[in-house]
Amino acid sequence: MKFVDEFRDPEVITKTSEEIRRLADPNRHYRIMEVCGGHTHAIYRFGLKDLLPSNIELIHGPGCPVCVLPMGRIDDGLSIAQQPDVIFAAFGDMMRVPGTQGSPLEHKARGMDVRIVYSPSDALKLAQMNPDKHVMFFAIGFETTAPSTALTLVRAKAQSIHNFSVFCNHVTIIPAIRAILDSPDMRIDAFIGPGHVSTVIGCRPYEWIAKNENKPVAVSGFEPLDILQSIVMVLRQLKADEAKIENQYKRVVPWEGNHAALRAMADVFELRPYFEWRGLGFISQSALRIRESYAEWDAEQRFHVPGVRVTDPKAAQCGEVLKGVLKPHQCKLFGKECTPEHPIGALMVSSEGSCAAYFNYEHRKTAMVTSIASVA
Amino acid sequence: MCLAIPGQIVELFPDQPNAALIDVVGVRRKVDLGLLQDDMPVRGDWVLIHVGFAMSKISEKDAIDQMRTLRMLGEAEAAMQEVEGYGLDHAENTKAS
Repeated sequence: MKFVDEFRDPEVITKTSEEIRRLADPNRHYRIMEVCGGHTHAIYRFGLKDLLPSNIELIHGPGCPVCVLPMGRIDDGLSIAQQPDVIFAAFGDMMRVPGTQGSPLEHKARGMDVRIVYSPSDALKLAQMNPDKHVMFFAIGFETTAPSTALTLVRAKAQSIHNFSVFCNHVTIIPAIRAILDSPDMRIDAFIGPGHVSTVIGCRPYEWIAKNENKPVAVSGFEPLDILQSIVMVLRQLKADEAKIENQYKRVVPWEGNHAALRAMADVFELRPYFEWRGLGFISQSALRIRESYAEWDAEQRFHVPGVRVTDPKAAQCGEVLKGVLKPHQCKLFGKECTPEHPIGALMVSSEGSCAAYFNYEHRKTAMVTSIASVA
Repeated sequence: MCLAIPGQIVELFPDQPNAALIDVVGVRRKVDLGLLQDDMPVRGDWVLIHVGFAMSKISEKDAIDQMRTLRMLGEAEAAMQEVEGYGLDHAENTKAS
């Protein structure tokens, strides 16, 4: 409970926590999946688990784009950048993600021209600043970042910038949720819906989860109170035997989403027939590729891509953790071979990955308590 | 990459209808307004920015709350590095001079 004092409305937090305890049937075990990695990070950071009764289990979903990217795609992107005069540009989150021959940062140490950019538009700017080089932007992310990549390609085409391309790894959240619900070893009672993805796609795309799967969804903000209120929302529905989509994050998420962003995505991208997700395998129509009309800016069409498929290290159980079948600390490598300093799986790299979040907040806390106990 | 950074529009450019200068707690950078073209913000408006693109208009109160959330999440410093573009503008300035 040590974080409670830091919350903006500690009293409201306490009341909401009490409301959760009132709503939760003590004879029932609840499995609620927070889809978004941002929520996973917030849950660990704020110690929200301590505010919930023990029969509410939060399952960490697939909504960390770095974590679900198969290693082969990293190898493919890096292989393009091994060609002469190519600059590899990517978000900071990608830099420490291991490929088979090391991460982008390790490739940089070996001489590859690797640049961290905050925005795809910064990568385009980099191309304008380096007319004698080719800048390849390694694009990742769900619908939160895909519209920005799309609009950057629109700008590149409009400004006739030809020394720029995108290696597109954008994925879409709904097919991943569907794959989880279809998975025989999964049982989820309700979902905490992603906040920022929903800014773009709105709330309608989740309606089938309520209608066809009879599971409640609450689209949530990222403050401790937001997440707790969303848990109240889904618990109320479960108690009333209802299933609907509620929008807890109304202050940012419009029900209909952002039409301009959806248009930009539709203009530039089309669905791939299938795409591999780390831990979830191949999921049909779950990722975006660049349309033929933007082929000149599509790194996959412009360069030879080996199409590497790499199986994850056998001992690492990223897949089971991603699906929520195992908790991070139940993986054989967790905290031993695989740590945030030396990650083996991507879940340990990103601050939004459940293993890194668990390691940084839960594992370190436990380790500290154990060491204090041993000294005492 | 997944951070939503709040900022206030301090300048619009007549010759670049899709660009705005925004202020994030004292640090300024250009962002693209193209994803808000159905409901273009004006000077003084607050927006949430994702990877250099304004994605939604928000109230000043929500902007302050969002910055507070980033601080509580320990992400405020990362957010400011992102706003500063990891020194890209500096590189550009160096090149220009």
